[in-house]
Amino acid sequence: MEAHSSLKPLVAVLVPLLASLLIMLSGKRPNIRELWTVLGSVAMFGIVFSMLPSALGSKYPEIVLFTISPGIALAFRADTAGIIFGLSASALWIVTSIFSIGYMRSLSEEKQTRYYTCFAICLSSAMGIAFAANLLTFVIFYEMLTIATYPLVIHKESPEAIQAGRKYLAYLLTGGLVLIIATALTYKYTGTLDFSPGGFLSGVVEQHNLLPLFVLFLVGLGMKAALIPFHSWLPTAMIAPTPVSALLHAVAVVKAGVFGFVRVIGFVFGPTLFHEIGAGNMLAVMASITIIASSLLAMYQNNLKRRLAYSTVVHLGYILLGVALLSPSAWVGGLVHIANHAAMKITLFFCAGAIYVKTHCENISELDGIGRQMPITMGAFALVSIGLVGMPPLNGFISKWFLGQGTLAAGEGIYLIVLLLSGLLNAGYLFPIVRRAFFAQSSKRTKFAEASILMLAPLVLTALISLFLGLVPDGIFHFYSLAGNVATSVLAGAGR
Amino acid sequence: MAQLPAIIPVSLLLSAFVAFLVGTFSRSLVYPITLLGIVTALVTAVMGLIRVLQDGAQHYYFGGWPPPLGIEYVLDHLSGFMTVLVMFIALLSVIYSRRSFLQEVPEKIVPLYSLVLLMLAGLTGIILTGDLFNLYVFLEIASLAAYAIMAIGNDKAPVAVIRYVIMGTIGACFYLLGVGFIYFATGSLNMGDVARILPGIYGSRLIVVAMTFIVIGMALKMALFPLHIWLPDVYTYSPSAVVALIAPIMTKVGAYVLIRMLVSVFLPNYLTSVLPVTLMIGWLAAVGIVAMSIMAIAQKDFRRMLAYSSVAQICYVALGIGLANPFGLIGALLHILNHAFMKGCLFQISGGIRYRAGLWQIPQFAGLGRHMRWTMGAFTVAAISMVGIPPACGFFSKWYLVLGCIDAGNWVFAVVVVASSLLNAVYFFRVLEKVYMVPSNNDSTVTAASDPPGEMLAPILVLASGIIILGVINAVIVTQILEPIVSLAF
Repeated sequence: MEAHSSLKPLVAVLVPLLASLLIMLSGKRPNIRELWTVLGSVAMFGIVFSMLPSALGSKYPEIVLFTISPGIALAFRADTAGIIFGLSASALWIVTSIFSIGYMRSLSEEKQTRYYTCFAICLSSAMGIAFAANLLTFVIFYEMLTIATYPLVIHKESPEAIQAGRKYLAYLLTGGLVLIIATALTYKYTGTLDFSPGGFLSGVVEQHNLLPLFVLFLVGLGMKAALIPFHSWLPTAMIAPTPVSALLHAVAVVKAGVFGFVRVIGFVFGPTLFHEIGAGNMLAVMASITIIASSLLAMYQNNLKRRLAYSTVVHLGYILLGVALLSPSAWVGGLVHIANHAAMKITLFFCAGAIYVKTHCENISELDGIGRQMPITMGAFALVSIGLVGMPPLNGFISKWFLGQGTLAAGEGIYLIVLLLSGLLNAGYLFPIVRRAFFAQSSKRTKFAEASILMLAPLVLTALISLFLGLVPDGIFHFYSLAGNVATSVLAGAGR
Repeated sequence: MAQLPAIIPVSLLLSAFVAFLVGTFSRSLVYPITLLGIVTALVTAVMGLIRVLQDGAQHYYFGGWPPPLGIEYVLDHLSGFMTVLVMFIALLSVIYSRRSFLQEVPEKIVPLYSLVLLMLAGLTGIILTGDLFNLYVFLEIASLAAYAIMAIGNDKAPVAVIRYVIMGTIGACFYLLGVGFIYFATGSLNMGDVARILPGIYGSRLIVVAMTFIVIGMALKMALFPLHIWLPDVYTYSPSAVVALIAPIMTKVGAYVLIRMLVSVFLPNYLTSVLPVTLMIGWLAAVGIVAMSIMAIAQKDFRRMLAYSSVAQICYVALGIGLANPFGLIGALLHILNHAFMKGCLFQISGGIRYRAGLWQIPQFAGLGRHMRWTMGAFTVAAISMVGIPPACGFFSKWYLVLGCIDAGNWVFAVVVVASSLLNAVYFFRVLEKVYMVPSNNDSTVTAASDPPGEMLAPILVLASGIIILGVINAVIVTQILEPIVSLAF
């Protein structure tokens, strides 16, 4: 691993922060305010994308700022793992910004300035999480993300929203605090917190201390990653405006938790140690339970967004399973799924948002014949559903293929059964929506009436990206190469 | 500039008398004189701290008598840090106080400001002196002045303060008795001298008793749980600007004396080997943090909520002292600084709400967020810091305290520190929900409210931005100022 000094990772964190400031200042002029959001998102994506070539060449842009605690600096490094997360979040922020404008204006929501400001701060925190070079920097942005998302969850300001906000804070603040203890403990054991591929705990920490330490990380990160039994805030948080559910509760926030697992397992514990203490099996079992249980729970949801939320929990479980299995292809599958699931799930949420704006329906039982009224929206929904089930030619198939290979390479065939079974279950809760939309008859939905182009274009685009990444897994964003790169650097010498 | 350590309390003492004399003739001159005295002291304190950072501790012998005969003033990292903090908060509070006093207690400005100066002279004296008995003298000066200014409130204030007077006097007596025992045992009152003599007579029962008395005395002064019962009433009924001045610094000076004893007189080695007094402080603090946070949740009166929160927060400091290890002590010292900013800001906001809307019951705050934008923005920053979210400074004191707990292997303390953040979140987010999300029921007091005048708003905003700045630069403070203090002890 080579690092070279560069301002870019810092700029990626600061650009959305600057955007949030400008958004706040131009609150009285909506058009200029929205211009800042779009400009900020494009600029951030540009910066992250420009770091892609050097990351692919294993030359990581790095910047060490000032000390924040004796021996620990605020430092950013755009390594391959960070780029995967950063790239998917920043690319999808652009489409979400455009979708947000359409969504918020169609519903003429109040307090839009607060909404866009907090949104930008969330993205800044997500970038900080992606590019944090040590655990303390990671924790700082992890906590910032928790707080910055809160005003978005309670955006409606209704009693239910406030209640959801309380639940959200109770779960995520607790998670953050447990993570702080875990971080402090790591610091006490090793005197350092710098992420390094293959981990830094091995040899310095007594064996019997390691499993408790991992359990602390598990609780701290599991809250955000919505791992069962810490998942129940996520369906509740669906009360937030749909763009928030789309980008934050399918991409940035929950993936920050999953990404934390990637960091902790690959860059703090290291795969060998992680396997030796039995944490690998523990996490894999928990992830499998999460996958199966929330697939079943998803079937019972009538509220569309809640069903999608449970589906998110399922797919976060996929990623965690891949990471826990520690074989190279499982890691590739898991990491690629961070990006692939992001593109797919955001499409489904966009569809839910478009339906809500057009018809004010939130429940699946009310969607009879919606496919005739909104054929493009529901076409995208149907296409992406195929991907989430894990069938070609969508990108979901790619992730699942590698995950499946990974289970066999790790010699844990049982998890292959989990994956295949969950594919069926995914179909069980997604396809009925498609069937209802296109084949159920409804007298009131006969005329063609799509949502505005500002909402339609983003959802078509993300659906096409999902298709594109299924046909050309290594196209444009090079997620496949990036994931392979991470897997090699982390698992080198792990012998599995 | 060898007189630097002495100039600070003396200039305050002088301006206290000048303010009173001039004030009897012209009331309008009192405020400028007060401001001048405080600015002089602050500038001197900053200069002193810079000198300490460059050349190490500064000593000044009154009347040229070297210790142990004469009285010594010491400006080292610890006292430099505390003086600058106390004077900075004092400056902001006094700027803030003018409009507030004019509204709440217009006819008592002259005695108020002279007493404020007298109290500050006492507090800086406590911090700077190197003599155990001299410390007692200044303790009494500061306390008596504080009793008086706090009693100038509404009808309930004098009654509330009576309890403070009794408890405070008992505390001072305990301290004095402790000092007496030390004098018996060592024949000296100079801190440095006592510290040299003590290791030879560690076995002496007199020392054990002296230590215990001093700790009890200071526990009363700093309102350590369960000796805090005087505090909530006093903070609720005194004039808001007075509370905004006293809450951030007064109890902290009690904590300072404990730390001074730990660092310069008894040394941690004694405290941990002979008498587990620090551990006892730690356990009281741990119980106090939880109990007082729960009490804060139960309050409807905003000022009372902040008062209970103050008790809980001073327990953080006590917990750090109780850990008796380097990280714990850094956490305690950093929290003295951070909490002074946070609570100063919060009490000033509370005063601002009272000034503009005449409200202090939280249920009536609905809709204030729309009308007092800047004030409530500052409140949000302070609340987030109290919960301990980075980059606000509250996160970092929590971080060092957790490191200290883990170093000491004390898991109960670690859980308490962390869990109390959640309790803080409960009572602060409850206010935030009320202020921002519950629509105002078109109550004219709320809809007519606006941000307080610039003189009051500026200190609030300075403190709020200070909360973020302190968070970002905390490592500078820790490595430059706090680590030298800690290295004295460990």
